[in-house]
Amino acid sequence: MNLTRRQALITAMSAAAVAGILPRSAMATALDDAMAAFTGGAEASEGGIILTAPEIAENGNTVPVEVESEGATRITIFAAGNPSPGVVTFAFGPLAAVSRASTRIRLAGTQDVVAVAEMADGSYQMIAQEVKVTIGGCGG
Amino acid sequence: MEGVRPRVRVDSATEAGATVEVKTLISHPMESGQRRNGDGDLIPRQIINRFTAEYNGEMVIDVTIEPAVSTNPYFEFDATVPEPGTFTFTWYDDDGDVYTSTNDQSF
Repeated sequence: MNLTRRQALITAMSAAAVAGILPRSAMATALDDAMAAFTGGAEASEGGIILTAPEIAENGNTVPVEVESEGATRITIFAAGNPSPGVVTFAFGPLAAVSRASTRIRLAGTQDVVAVAEMADGSYQMIAQEVKVTIGGCGG
Repeated sequence: MEGVRPRVRVDSATEAGATVEVKTLISHPMESGQRRNGDGDLIPRQIINRFTAEYNGEMVIDVTIEPAVSTNPYFEFDATVPEPGTFTFTWYDDDGDVYTSTNDQSF
């Protein structure tokens, strides 16, 4: 990538500004909102769901993740530290053999990956795991 | 979008009711809408926003996809094959294009 000195400065400054102005709470709020939209405001209890993701991802552009939750009708994945927390939602139909799916996702930097499962009885289960990212997967 | 190519690999069921593993990949840039070009302008978002897998018209999995899914979206999951028939895989592009692929199961 060819960056002029001015572009490089602007990029560095805006990155610093974003990091400085948006505290952790703002990220948490975006995640809370996204989670509430998925659960309809219901509380999700911990456990009952398996999230398989690497502890350290060298390349944030393609991080393999797998979710599984026995009896879940839907499982969604959030990336708490991305510009927008929503990543993917799996809705399992009558011919899904197990409620399991894997895919590859983008992570902007080191952050918590959160998976929430909607169970057949309408309850919700969740799990969070930190993934350390060496090279971020958003933007330039 | 031109040049989008789906690729699917499915186990062959050996008997009715068998579980088969399905792996799907489709070539697509998944432009997130977050990136800027050399002039500093945002590159407009264009992604695959939904993927479905059906077998003989019954749903296996219905995936809602956001820009945080990687380039060349890959999905792996397990399906039940209750009788001989056909898988239909469908990808929905932001630009309205729909890409499909099928897989026959006979045993």
